[in-house]
Amino acid sequence: MMEGLSETSRPAIGHGFRLQWESAQDAHVLLYPEGMVKLNPSAAAILTRCDGARTVTDIITDLERSYSAEGLDKDVLAFVRLALERNWLELRP
Amino acid sequence: MSTVTREALPGRPGPPLWLLLELTYRCPLHCVFCYNPTDFSHVGAELDTAEWLRVLREARALGAVQLGLSGGEPLVRDDLAIIVAEAHRLGFYTNLTTSGIGLTEQRLAALRDAGLDHIQLSFQDSTRQMNDFLSSTRTFELKSKVAALIKKYRYPMVLNVVIHRLNIDHVEDILAMAERMGAEYVELANTQYYGWAWLNRAQLLPSREQLRRAEESTRRFRERLGSRMRIFFVVPDYFETRPKPCMKGLGRIFLAISPDGVALPCHAARMLPGLAFPSVREASIGSIWYDSPAFNRYRGEGWMKEPCRSCPERSADFGGCRCQAYLLTGAAANADPVCNLSPHRHLVTRIVAQAEAGENREQALIFRDHRAPPGAG
Repeated sequence: MMEGLSETSRPAIGHGFRLQWESAQDAHVLLYPEGMVKLNPSAAAILTRCDGARTVTDIITDLERSYSAEGLDKDVLAFVRLALERNWLELRP
Repeated sequence: MSTVTREALPGRPGPPLWLLLELTYRCPLHCVFCYNPTDFSHVGAELDTAEWLRVLREARALGAVQLGLSGGEPLVRDDLAIIVAEAHRLGFYTNLTTSGIGLTEQRLAALRDAGLDHIQLSFQDSTRQMNDFLSSTRTFELKSKVAALIKKYRYPMVLNVVIHRLNIDHVEDILAMAERMGAEYVELANTQYYGWAWLNRAQLLPSREQLRRAEESTRRFRERLGSRMRIFFVVPDYFETRPKPCMKGLGRIFLAISPDGVALPCHAARMLPGLAFPSVREASIGSIWYDSPAFNRYRGEGWMKEPCRSCPERSADFGGCRCQAYLLTGAAANADPVCNLSPHRHLVTRIVAQAEAGENREQALIFRDHRAPPGAG
């Protein structure tokens, strides 16, 4: 689980979860059995990049470039940790 | 002159995010706690495949995204995989509630290929069968086989067991069985008293002591199994002091379509008097959800009476359940009598006291059947 989280981990959307854009809610949502989380824009920006191929470092670099920001690593790691706890994300080898 | 609060004049409601298709009332089982209407055999012809697909498309276009497929037993519809495939293509997250009867590997593979996201396996046996099952007869083997298939196809093993006075003392055995089956989630759902369960409530409502022991067993299993098997224990709301936020408010997020196409804001709402629930055979989902008087009747807070109308908790529990208010007090707009602020709370208290005393159990259990029971429905 989370013990393995590092900057070289490759997070992916958890098994049984689905991420999609819902125009009726004007938001990305994360769907799971009999439930749904409506994502705020930052959560969506991170989760849409978790494709099991990119590393956490790749994702941070991409976010910093896309949003012309620096020092996002702490926030991104904290969110990824939270998402792993809730099984929204899982780590790929 | 009247002052109208903003809550009393709601704007356009949000979309029906959660769509439940009750594909059929047909079911191989005869459960005494079924919430289906007691006169289900008089309900009109089931929607055909094309009609269900149209319902899916229209609801999805409005923003529906979670889809429940239930019944009756949805597996008796041989077009289930077609319905799942279209739902998946449209972007629904698809949840199937089934007794597992009829779930062969071939069918499960077809549902999986169609994009089915989730399965909840219910133990919706009659009491007699439940006893058979607890003494490890063929029901156990059937369910175990289905449970193994569910795991083989990489679905989480989610078990739902309806709990009542006649099986609540077996909670320990039920949980041990769930553990042997490798269940990841177990929902011990105490019976809700609607439909057939309402007819049988004197026989089904447990005593406080039984509840306490069942919760104690549940606690021990939770302690031992932790996150390996998560157990949800749903207390019967008659024992609570505040009502459940039924459907998170009627007409707010939940839309159920009955087998014959009648649209409902709650699967039990068909019993509510004075409401003409429209059919998807005659109207679009959009006009039903947004414009029909039946769906607007219990939206917002304008319909509320005291003590709900001025209650600070009204926006959290929406006055509880309209069906329960109707069944117990005779008026759907009354506060749910489960609430200890309700002037009708004594009705619930009396039912609980009768359960403690073992009163009114002379009547034989009425098993769900296509023949409606006399005087019911």
